[in-house]
Amino acid sequence: MRILLVVRKLCRALLTILLLVTFVFVVLRLSGDPAVTMLGTDVSKDAYDLFRQRWGLDLPIWKQYLTYLANITKGDFGPSFMAGGQDALSVILQHLPKSLWLMGLTSLFTFLIGIPLGVYAALRHNSGVDRLIMAVSVAKFSLPSFVIGVLLIMIFAVFWKILPSAGSETPAHYILPVLTMALSDAAIFARFSRSAMLETLGAEYMRTAQAKGLRWALAVRRHAFPNAVIPIVTISGWYLGRNIAAATITENVFAWPGLGRLLVTSVENRDMAVVQAIVMLVGFTLVTANLLVDFSYGWLDPRIRSTQK
Amino acid sequence: MTTIAPNGWIRQLRRALPPSSVCIAAAWALLMYFTAFSADFIAPYNYETINLKARLAPPIWMAGSNPDHLLGTDNLGRDILSRLIYSIRTSLLIAALGTVISAVLGSTIGFLAAHHKGWISEAILLLIDFQSALPFLILALAVLAFFDNNMFFFILIMGIYGWERYARLARSLALSATAQGYAVAVTTLGATTGRIYLRHILPNVASTLIVNMTINFPEIIMVETSLSFLGLGVQPPNTSLGSMVGFGREYLLTAWWIAVLPTLMIFISTLAFSLLGDWVRDKLDPVLRES
Repeated sequence: MRILLVVRKLCRALLTILLLVTFVFVVLRLSGDPAVTMLGTDVSKDAYDLFRQRWGLDLPIWKQYLTYLANITKGDFGPSFMAGGQDALSVILQHLPKSLWLMGLTSLFTFLIGIPLGVYAALRHNSGVDRLIMAVSVAKFSLPSFVIGVLLIMIFAVFWKILPSAGSETPAHYILPVLTMALSDAAIFARFSRSAMLETLGAEYMRTAQAKGLRWALAVRRHAFPNAVIPIVTISGWYLGRNIAAATITENVFAWPGLGRLLVTSVENRDMAVVQAIVMLVGFTLVTANLLVDFSYGWLDPRIRSTQK
Repeated sequence: MTTIAPNGWIRQLRRALPPSSVCIAAAWALLMYFTAFSADFIAPYNYETINLKARLAPPIWMAGSNPDHLLGTDNLGRDILSRLIYSIRTSLLIAALGTVISAVLGSTIGFLAAHHKGWISEAILLLIDFQSALPFLILALAVLAFFDNNMFFFILIMGIYGWERYARLARSLALSATAQGYAVAVTTLGATTGRIYLRHILPNVASTLIVNMTINFPEIIMVETSLSFLGLGVQPPNTSLGSMVGFGREYLLTAWWIAVLPTLMIFISTLAFSLLGDWVRDKLDPVLRES
């Protein structure tokens, strides 16, 4: 039974990825002759023919689709003309570390600030601190990250002139982009962990723990918090997607040489190979992440584990 | 209490009104709508009018300002106030149209999934999963990369934003509605499928969908301004709050008002619309409250 469920979930994930690949294929074909889109208009007819042959564009459409699938599986997204014909996959791999640093540091600060704040707010339910945390989180939820970014640049780079506003050379360059993203994300995590904690704090087992004379602090640590972790894990798949989108914008605010900036410059210059490679990478990462989150429920929550068996 | 306090009616009024933050948000939203509708009458200049003699003039409260331009001018001497007014119109128009398109599209797909069980429903559920697994911004960027961007196309893209939530909501609402007495009754009476869904089920589930629209609206403003900020949304000569920030970013050191004024406008507006949306949701739909 368990294995069947795992297989079912894996199939669904694979289908989602197939859907993504198909989506890119359809969009690419709908938007015009791929040879012209990829190479531009100022190349010779031979170049078009060569390109069509290499990508199998002279074949019937279903064969083209299969060739396309085969190429993608091999990690061959075609050459990036912005990078002088270099393989698109290797171009995005060069930009990946900078983005991973940015997103990794952001997540670290988000968890370290957001979850304790949320737990604290729940323990001091309806106090001034609780209301303040909630008010800030509503405000942060509804702001595009470039708005926070521009305001931070105004304060720290233009008025006070203490932090750099563009580039990624020194550790000081990390502060503003990470702050931009972590500020809003921490607010969201505070909100989620607060409501998760409030739910477990009011649960029957907490009353039982108190009734049998367990110290409150111990009950919170041993019973309330571990149970509150489950809904927090639930949103982490969704959070990764949000983080990627926020990083895309933030990188462009701070001229950060990562994937997000690469994506936008590639879109501007119609470097199709890079665009499709990034979209596939993001899609693949997110589908995998959601799959892992799905599987981790069983590990985290014994109740689900037993129903899965 | 036996005596009526002299300020009793104020207290009553306060009890009848929503919290003050929501009132302020509503007032701001109304002001925004007014600005959008009357842009042609209240804007002191056309948003495209270039006045090279008055380039980079600061707002009126700063030294060296130009009395003809209340909020200063940009690098081409275009009036910031006028551009803000027209940008509000563009951003609100796109958000409004996008919200309507998304609601109609998503609800229709949701009803389809509820009505046709079997592979159609499975396929739609897969599409919903697909959409919610991927950040909309990345998908929108991919599509914008392949196609020529114009206003009509851009609004269509924005209309796709959030369809999966309407679809999911409409499907589950319709599934529970079709099992109820009234739906069974009209089905037995021989009403056509279209009639059942449009005339009977839709009015009964509309409130939840409308609440979702009020949540969707500020989110579309966020996505639109973000894409326009990146230079991939609203294209010149049209102007949006996001593209104003995008162009003004180059001048943050020398002429901060070009970018900061539209930034503040987005800040206040998305906040106001979100507060309103939150309030409407809490008032009308306890089911959605925690989602």
